[in-house]
Amino acid sequence: MSSPLGDAFFGLLARDAIGLWRRRGEVLNPVLFALMVATLFPLALGPEAARLARVASGVSWVIVLLASLLSLDVLFRSDVEDGSLDAMRVSQQPLAVLVAGKILLHWLATAVPLIVLSPIIALALGMPRIGVSTLVLALLLATPQISVFGACAAALTASLHRSGILLSLIVLPLAVPALIFGAGAVETVLVGGNPAQPLFLLAAGGILAVAFGPLVCASALRMSAS
Amino acid sequence: MTPPRYAVASSVGLRQKTSQSRRWCFFVGTSDKTNESQSLLTLRVHGRRAFRLARMSGLKYRRLKPSAEPGTTSVLSMRQSPRTAPPPLIEVRQLCFSRSDEPIFGPMAFALEAGEVLLVEGANGSGKTTLLRVLAGLLELGEDAGEILREGVAAAESQQALAFLGHASGLKLDLSPRENLRFTTRLGGLRAGASIHAALLSVGLDGFEDTPMRYLSAGQRKRAALAGILSAPVALWLLDEPYANLDQEGHVLVDRLLETHAARGGAAIITSHGMTSPAIRGIRRLRMECHHE
Amino acid sequence: MNPLMLWFHKSGSPPEFYRLAGRFQPWLWALALIFGVIGLYLGLLRAPADYLQGESARIMYIHVPSAWMSMFIFAFMAFCGVLALVWHVKISEVLLISAAPIGVGFTAVTLITGSLWGRPTWGTYWEWDARMTSELVLLFLYFGVLGLFHAFDDRRKGARAASLLALIGLVNLPIIHYSVTWWNSLHQGSSINLMTGTSAIDASMLWPLLIMTLASKLWFGASLMQRARVEVIDLESGKDWVQALLPPTAEKPKPQP
Repeated sequence: MSSPLGDAFFGLLARDAIGLWRRRGEVLNPVLFALMVATLFPLALGPEAARLARVASGVSWVIVLLASLLSLDVLFRSDVEDGSLDAMRVSQQPLAVLVAGKILLHWLATAVPLIVLSPIIALALGMPRIGVSTLVLALLLATPQISVFGACAAALTASLHRSGILLSLIVLPLAVPALIFGAGAVETVLVGGNPAQPLFLLAAGGILAVAFGPLVCASALRMSAS
Repeated sequence: MTPPRYAVASSVGLRQKTSQSRRWCFFVGTSDKTNESQSLLTLRVHGRRAFRLARMSGLKYRRLKPSAEPGTTSVLSMRQSPRTAPPPLIEVRQLCFSRSDEPIFGPMAFALEAGEVLLVEGANGSGKTTLLRVLAGLLELGEDAGEILREGVAAAESQQALAFLGHASGLKLDLSPRENLRFTTRLGGLRAGASIHAALLSVGLDGFEDTPMRYLSAGQRKRAALAGILSAPVALWLLDEPYANLDQEGHVLVDRLLETHAARGGAAIITSHGMTSPAIRGIRRLRMECHHE
Repeated sequence: MNPLMLWFHKSGSPPEFYRLAGRFQPWLWALALIFGVIGLYLGLLRAPADYLQGESARIMYIHVPSAWMSMFIFAFMAFCGVLALVWHVKISEVLLISAAPIGVGFTAVTLITGSLWGRPTWGTYWEWDARMTSELVLLFLYFGVLGLFHAFDDRRKGARAASLLALIGLVNLPIIHYSVTWWNSLHQGSSINLMTGTSAIDASMLWPLLIMTLASKLWFGASLMQRARVEVIDLESGKDWVQALLPPTAEKPKPQP
């Protein structure tokens, strides 16, 4: 008699959350990375406010995208290495649901701090204020699918010893639509348009990714860990 | 011979539609010789708890005769009706495995009944770990690679959970044994009557329950993993090198855990590279040979 | 097992595939060469020059077929991926991995000819045009599949991971293409759309194009067979049937006493 699925799901969340809390320094790394890169842009482009303001929204998007790739590498690798993936697989619980829990936690720990940080970066670079709410909303809609694609890539490479560049090579082309529609939505608002279309498209992509991504992820894990 | 003094007896069908071949009788009472020899799952429990156990496992029971005097030990046994033999907990037929067309082991065949412990012996690289991972369903079998049956049902369709302990413990180093076990039991459930605390105590980790695993020795980590296996509500244990990293006392502990598990109707398959000899009554042995020279 | 699956299993057994591929390969090469020469002759010498773009439009006879092939091959890889993942057809893993470098080749040719075409037409080698950009992303997808395959020590595991990635990529390809087109229309409205007149193309230009398309398909087939044969030999190098292919002189050196 195995335990109910909800119990297993929240048990996994609780376990990983405790683990993250014990290593909370690492969790902050993507945020620090984002801040550093944001500082580099004015240094490279020059302090001229008008020039920075033009690229502000796009730069914020690229920074968030790159920063959210940083912690992907360990998403499943630790579970493969310490055998807890095996425990999940023999437990008779649907692996896709457990994987969805892991992706959710990854999103909460990596994407949410970046979303909170993004208006600060964008405003510091001189993006007009009217774009802020759209930027945050678009990020909220786009980051789940970025996390899902990242998780799929992490699952495919989980049994490899190292996968840093390969992971980015796999994820970045897949993240192109999210980047285009997300940055496009902000751009539309900045030139005075209505961002509904790109936002709806982002939402649609996000729903599809969240619905099917965990299944793909689970089969990739089964494959790479066998 | 004294007449059997059953407190409870009833026959119930379990899961399978073909109830004819899978009828179980369920007895609570003091044991008698004739039934002992036929009983498959024998759980030694006290009278009151026997009823609770029967209720919890969803079996119907009927009181036939007043129970024995209060305080005496009753035997709760699930016995298959004498018509047909029960399917073994796990059975493999013509099982072989190859990785990238390189044969690893097989073909082999064996069956494990409730109450048995099977020791898989062999040199390094003879495929012991692979066999266990195949049995656990972690490695996919190719076509014509034989079949694995769990209680008469193909392993892929079987709803029966099992406990698996590989080389890696499956526990997180950042968490304490107690936190790890909390996850394990939320994932796979907790054996009736077991508790995390009691499991940790019985493997000798009292005093280390809340120390992060990172600070425990390899042997202590192994003990924590064994506690997880111990508290799982499953009949079949698959333990890969359970004696590795353990001291003399630990070896005795593993033997005792296996014996207890077998006595309550479980079964276990364990591997060993031959340096340790488990002191378990009635242990069966399976020798694996290296395929490649 | 239905007849189709039976056929797959029969011709999908490595020795049988090796034999079949060896038989088809010269014919495919020959046909590809013949059609390629005819197509190039018609396209480069006989077809009229484009009245807007002049002689440079003739690059279309290379560019357009390779662009089609670059997408066709990715779809082919995803199809092989399904066979590999669902039915564990070993040969389809081999075909997938052999097709990927050819796909990279066609995609690279598309990008290079595209930028050469762009120089006289747009006045720049690289324009962030929707088609060019999504072709570039396609190239990255190919690199991802190849990179993933080569990262694994175990070829079969690598091939299966690559299969899954090819499938994910195929699902995303239309989305990427659409998003890039949208992005392009957001940022610039005035790039020349070269493809608006395709259906109204004159027969004298259409025929060479079709023949070149056929030639590129045949070229792909021939190249695929050749690569897959090598890949099969490599994968099965320990097997008896491969050892039997070796000339008798090339026996294993006997250990010296």
